[in-house]
Amino acid sequence: MDTTAKPQYDNGVVKYLTVGAIVFLVLGTFMGTYAASELAWPALNFDIAEITFARLRVMHTNTVIFAFGGMTLMATAFYTVQRTNGVKLWSNSMAWWTAILYTIGLILTVISISLGMTTAKEYHEQEWPLAIAIAVVWTLYTFNFVMTIASRNKETHPSVYVSNWFFMGMMIAITYLYIGNGLALPVSMFRSYSMFSGVQDAMIQWWWGHNAVGFFLTAGFLAIMYYFVPKQAQRPIYSYRLSVIHFWALMFGYVWLGAHHLQYTALPDWTGSLGAAISLAMIIPSWGGALNGMLTLSGAWDRLRTDYILRFLIIALAFYAMSTFEGPVMAAKTVNALSHYTDWTVGHVHSGALGWVAMVSIGALYHMVMKLWNTEMYSMQLINVHFWLATIGTVFYIVAMWVSGIMQGLMWRAYDEYGTLAYTFAESVSAMHPYYAMRAFGGLLFFTGAAIMLYNVVMTIRMANAKATSSAAAHA
Amino acid sequence: MSDNNEPKNLQEKLEKNIFALFLATALTVSIAGIVEIVPLFYLKSAVDYTEQTDKYGNAKNEKFPELVWERTFTEDANGKLVSDKALYKQDNNGNWVLADWKPGDGVRPYTPLELAGRDLYLREGCYICHSQMIRPFRDERERYGHYSLATESMYDHPMQWGSKRTGPDLARLGGKYSDEWQVLHLMRPQDMVPESVMPAYPWLAENLVSKDFFGTERDMSKRLSVMRTLGVPYTDEEIANANAAIEGYTEMDALVAYLQVLGTMVKLDDSKVYRQ
Repeated sequence: MDTTAKPQYDNGVVKYLTVGAIVFLVLGTFMGTYAASELAWPALNFDIAEITFARLRVMHTNTVIFAFGGMTLMATAFYTVQRTNGVKLWSNSMAWWTAILYTIGLILTVISISLGMTTAKEYHEQEWPLAIAIAVVWTLYTFNFVMTIASRNKETHPSVYVSNWFFMGMMIAITYLYIGNGLALPVSMFRSYSMFSGVQDAMIQWWWGHNAVGFFLTAGFLAIMYYFVPKQAQRPIYSYRLSVIHFWALMFGYVWLGAHHLQYTALPDWTGSLGAAISLAMIIPSWGGALNGMLTLSGAWDRLRTDYILRFLIIALAFYAMSTFEGPVMAAKTVNALSHYTDWTVGHVHSGALGWVAMVSIGALYHMVMKLWNTEMYSMQLINVHFWLATIGTVFYIVAMWVSGIMQGLMWRAYDEYGTLAYTFAESVSAMHPYYAMRAFGGLLFFTGAAIMLYNVVMTIRMANAKATSSAAAHA
Repeated sequence: MSDNNEPKNLQEKLEKNIFALFLATALTVSIAGIVEIVPLFYLKSAVDYTEQTDKYGNAKNEKFPELVWERTFTEDANGKLVSDKALYKQDNNGNWVLADWKPGDGVRPYTPLELAGRDLYLREGCYICHSQMIRPFRDERERYGHYSLATESMYDHPMQWGSKRTGPDLARLGGKYSDEWQVLHLMRPQDMVPESVMPAYPWLAENLVSKDFFGTERDMSKRLSVMRTLGVPYTDEEIANANAAIEGYTEMDALVAYLQVLGTMVKLDDSKVYRQ
């Protein structure tokens, strides 16, 4: 292999972030599986404050979204920005600082939540000292990324490639949503009170909350899709024009959607309806983007038979298309009246988070491991096992939550022949038990797949390092 | 894309200048917030026509007078902020009790014990499984009570509307069960509701509410004064007595005090349409 002709990139920090992301994937899915089991079998709470369901559930979301997702975004952004612009990172040491501080920040976040320190703002639970630190680290990440693009050779790389737009859009939106939602006054080192209250606070929280999904978990991972799907398929992206539309529609449209979380609440009706209407319109750019990724495979579909990594990337797009259809349906008022407050929402989030975000990340991470260590995987067969465990686990999870969510919604509003409520709340809780057990089983499958991935990657790196040492010895 | 290097349209210009693309993206993502959030701060219909009457957060409602507990703040001779009505006081036995407010008098700030209990509600993550937002449907009305109004959470920093009902809604929980039931339920939920999947919270009964993380003091005076900065009206005396008012109580007492006040502040009139 002729690697000397290629420009030399800063790979060390990307290697660190890649392995870190996989470790957090294993930890985060374990916490999720355990939290799911606590709902099925409450005795598993063991009266230990630090692992009661509500705290563990928030530790799980922070670990998978912000630790695993965030480190994947950092790894892939630092990896792709160098390759699409033909330059090294603007500052390699700043990238290292970003990566290390982000890891420490997220570990402290998870520990502080288990101790009960929380803002109680959903998906923004870090208390103020950690929130400020993370905002600073995030700004370093954004600054380094933009400056790397700015430092490209404009003769050889005149236009900025589409994956970089999505990464940058994600960074911008997350910065100001995070800061806006996080405004608060501290009352002690461990506690602060939100600047906003009541209806304004609700709207601001979901303006952030839905866009943690829309930008962090969608725009960022679409950037991954726009680089890694063409690379792994070895074909150019299907349509440049479609990606332009996809980008601007997503940047403009996603930010409106938070209001659909608050329909029929004390939020004014016009705001919720506006959120629902734009949610419906978002099907078009979302499906445009999904098709853009899938059609990149036109004429090369046979590769899916042999290329397990490509399978992850393509099934991710299928889940993306499915959950971006399901989302607008659930935002429609009549459906929302039934689905809101139920497990259906949890299932929807996981069809996006497991099916789309995790799958596309896993594909990109395997791809990067092979490139960064310049090696084949230790076992391609284990990647195939991982693929099926992840896919079947996700399907188990989603189906369980569809059934339990719709059943809950129907039981709560059911009337008997005398016109009184047919079920007590407790009856609806006990009816959920089989589905909660099934969901925990789905989670267990997904977690097992992640553990196999970690094993496979560790063995791959050991193999690559051993080979590098022996070839160095041979040269000597 | 094009053979000549001159940008043909705005898109191509932006693709060639990363800083211009940065600005254009930042503008694009800000529009929704301006349209959806900013009006909520000045549209009176967004908060049931409740209006603030002073900078401390005192409020009134002319259209629905039953919603808000009205009082006025003045400065006394020493420059202390005082009010015509007191929120809480010390009775002859030395207990801290409610003073000029009765259930149904309208939305008021929380007492120090209730606010401390609310902090514990947040700490334990109760909002992960319990909403505090009843929607205007027949079944929710029968199960939980009158639909919730924005005014009812106007002093909640942050709000606790929640997003999931793994357990039932708690917006109008206050007074539905006795204090003893609440304590037993928090100690071992399955003793009271066999089907429950709720964890037990026995440590609440063991800890004094005056202690916070790592044995530090829970400074309620500081918390009330921060709340006043944010627009929750407390007088200087109410702030000064806040630490004394939680002295000797356990975390369990505080949490139950909070749970028992939920939904009891306002007596809503079934004949009125509060929300279109």
